[in-house]
Amino acid sequence: MSKATLAILVVAAAMALLPLAGLPAFYDALLYLMLHWIVLATSWNILSGTTGYFSFGHGAFFGAGLYTTSTLLARFEWPFLWTLPVAAAVAALLGTALGAVVFRVRSVRGELFALLTLAVTFVVGTIVGNTPIDGGQGVSLTSVPVPHLGPTQSSTFYLLALAAATLTLVVARAIFFSRFGAGLLAIHDDEDAAEVMGVPTYRYKLVALAISCALAGVAGGIHALFLSYVTVGEVFTITVPLTVVLMSVLGGTRHWAGPAVGAIAITGLLYSFTAADHAVAGKAAIGAILIAAILFMPAGILPRLQRAWRSVVRRGAKTSAGVAPSLAAAAPPPRASPATSAGDVVLRVSGLHKRFKGVRALAGVAVDVRRGEILGLLGPNGSGKSTFINVVSGHYTASAGEIVFEGRALAGTPAHRIAAGGIARTYQIPRPFAHMTVLDNVALAAMFGGGVATPRDARAAALQWLDFTGLAAKADALPDELNLHQRKFLELARALASRPRLVLLDEVLCGLTPSEIDDAVALIRRIRDQGSTIVFVEHVMRAVMALTDRVVVFNHGELLAEGNATEVMQRPEVMTAYLGKAHAPLPTAAPPSAPSEERAHA
Amino acid sequence: MPGFTLPSATLLAQSVLSGIFVGALYALMGLGLSLSWGLLRVINLAHFAFAFLAAYVCLQLATHGVDPLLTLLGIVPAFFVLGALLHWLMTRFRMTTFNSLLLTFGLMGIVEAVIQTIWTADFRKLESAYANQKFRLGALFVPVPELITLVLAVSLALAIWAVLRFTDLGRALRAAAEDAPIAAAFGVDHKRNGLLLAGTCAALVAIAGVCIALTATLAPSQMYAWIGVVFAAVMLGGLGSAIGPLVAGMLIGVSEAVTMAVTAPSWAPIVSFTLLIVVLVFRPGKAA
Repeated sequence: MSKATLAILVVAAAMALLPLAGLPAFYDALLYLMLHWIVLATSWNILSGTTGYFSFGHGAFFGAGLYTTSTLLARFEWPFLWTLPVAAAVAALLGTALGAVVFRVRSVRGELFALLTLAVTFVVGTIVGNTPIDGGQGVSLTSVPVPHLGPTQSSTFYLLALAAATLTLVVARAIFFSRFGAGLLAIHDDEDAAEVMGVPTYRYKLVALAISCALAGVAGGIHALFLSYVTVGEVFTITVPLTVVLMSVLGGTRHWAGPAVGAIAITGLLYSFTAADHAVAGKAAIGAILIAAILFMPAGILPRLQRAWRSVVRRGAKTSAGVAPSLAAAAPPPRASPATSAGDVVLRVSGLHKRFKGVRALAGVAVDVRRGEILGLLGPNGSGKSTFINVVSGHYTASAGEIVFEGRALAGTPAHRIAAGGIARTYQIPRPFAHMTVLDNVALAAMFGGGVATPRDARAAALQWLDFTGLAAKADALPDELNLHQRKFLELARALASRPRLVLLDEVLCGLTPSEIDDAVALIRRIRDQGSTIVFVEHVMRAVMALTDRVVVFNHGELLAEGNATEVMQRPEVMTAYLGKAHAPLPTAAPPSAPSEERAHA
Repeated sequence: MPGFTLPSATLLAQSVLSGIFVGALYALMGLGLSLSWGLLRVINLAHFAFAFLAAYVCLQLATHGVDPLLTLLGIVPAFFVLGALLHWLMTRFRMTTFNSLLLTFGLMGIVEAVIQTIWTADFRKLESAYANQKFRLGALFVPVPELITLVLAVSLALAIWAVLRFTDLGRALRAAAEDAPIAAAFGVDHKRNGLLLAGTCAALVAIAGVCIALTATLAPSQMYAWIGVVFAAVMLGGLGSAIGPLVAGMLIGVSEAVTMAVTAPSWAPIVSFTLLIVVLVFRPGKAA
């Protein structure tokens, strides 16, 4: 058990003794409300803070739990504590059903998800209000006995909320520091890249939503008895979602304890205003605080404090040099594959078609990639090279054709399975996870593609790969602080950390200076030497000549030529397609690198 | 569904008519929201607060004997300035779309508190010469305030559509929404246009507020009741469109009214949101 979890439990145990001190009942009520909002805000954050899918439907899930408990108490006379698991289950079921539909639609992101979940609040509210569940008059629980957990009735509610808050915080913390949490945070920064790194994004979002809903359902169940009279008009409002959003944004959504900090601050503030009979002023103050927080502390209170603390600690520490791949760094071999003899076909692509509405990006290409080779994939812009990589890595589904990797058909397999199965890719324009450190970026790939179980082992593995690519000095930096060269190498480190048997490199050299290209060429050679097969999409001819064993040339989505690089590039049809000049003489030893340089500046 | 009854043809026609009237108000509220979201990438929840602020100002002036429609002369320019000021603040701080949603929600709370302090939380009803006027059209009753709303909504939507479609300003706004840096490179002054558009959006929603004052009873907390259904109209109608919210608003209004006539009034909220969910999930390209 970690120190923080232990601290939560110790604090909770100490707080559980509080009712023995015989505090006035109104303190119980205030503390109850604080804990109640801690549960709601923290549970909301489990999906929405981590992934950035802001749910405005937390009121619906909270309400589902609340009405489940109410119904079981009032109509079926269940003992109260037994209703709570059912409340959690009903809320989780509602969330899962919603998520299963909504998360399937790729275009539903961010704002749309927020408004869809808001709509669900009113739909559920209308259904509850118009059916015998509520009947339009509300449900009275005044005759339901309150269990005797504390010395007084109000202290019982306090203890119930304390238990729920403890559970929620422990769960939230565990998620934030797990593989699951790392995956969720990656979804926030770049969902497509996360999927390609091996994060099962659909399943993760769904599970996070279910956990989030279940905890909100428990809070609802407790709150039903606390209110003792529940109505649709009070429960299914926009207040619950907006309050939890406010609390989480204020406290910080990228920290497990952020929402709790926000919940304590807002509840305390509201209480002090209502206690002083200034409820209206309180409403205005909340609005003003939200505006100030958005303008001046968009990351929230907790991350702001953390950053201040870290900069104090780090001051005067290392000033890192540029990238210099340490040639001594040993690289772990790729994970064992079913068949390891060199020279056999590792990837067989045949008859591959990809259409985007009217556009034919790939029109029946067939490519074999042999184990241990570096295969250059060439062709003019728009010839289908990047589409090829996107289809093989599972980002796009092929319109027709077969992709067989180590004897297994890949067509239709989700990208995260392909990543875990031993294929990694880089992006032409680096797509690092912007809010994660360089180390965590690589560790994520190690965890999901590379099959490392725990975040700690993943960081250790990631450090090796940073060493391998010469980025070790930048381990704690955020991707924003890197230059293009370093960001390209970060892409490579991420691809390598999943220990792929096949690496798809999409124009890693584009935009680099000649000396940086030399570094990169050396690095790519070392990647092959440690056992990976490489498909190398590139315009920099010098590197293609130096690195590739074989090249294939695409033109208009079709395979134009295949063979040894020097020989292929001299074929007239290739020169026509690739250089756009029919009879340009092409020196064999030093082919022109001018086109690539021009592209870099374009 | 409980209480399912088949209403008479007259009653049904009357519901369709009242649905069109309500839908016009949804459309008028949604017009500014849609333009702001689609063309400025700002989701402006403060619009709902602005509408109510305008409604209360109208109500206040009306109690001093000013004709509610005449109040527009003062309200429209005032809210234009308010909207432009808010937009200036947001561009200064480079708001993301999502943060604009949160920020304007905060603003909504502040305006609600201001309204509540000045005009109390009680329900108020505007008493004016228009209040109870209605005339018969065949077997149907046509209330005058609702008719004013409908005329305003349709003419404003058409006017905005024409401006976006046929003027240089409209083309510049649409270009900047597609790609602001490129539009700027072609000489589009997005800062000025943005202020202009934001001001117009706020002025539009203030007109909607006056219509609310004419047709409904006011309470500060009521502003939240409009959010869901107006967003539904905006998203069904398509962001940045002027005619879309009008059509979608009326579609929602009519289906709500018919639902109420066939079942019970309490079922109405489910209509718009079910429509929204169905469209979003099954035809995501169509909406938003």
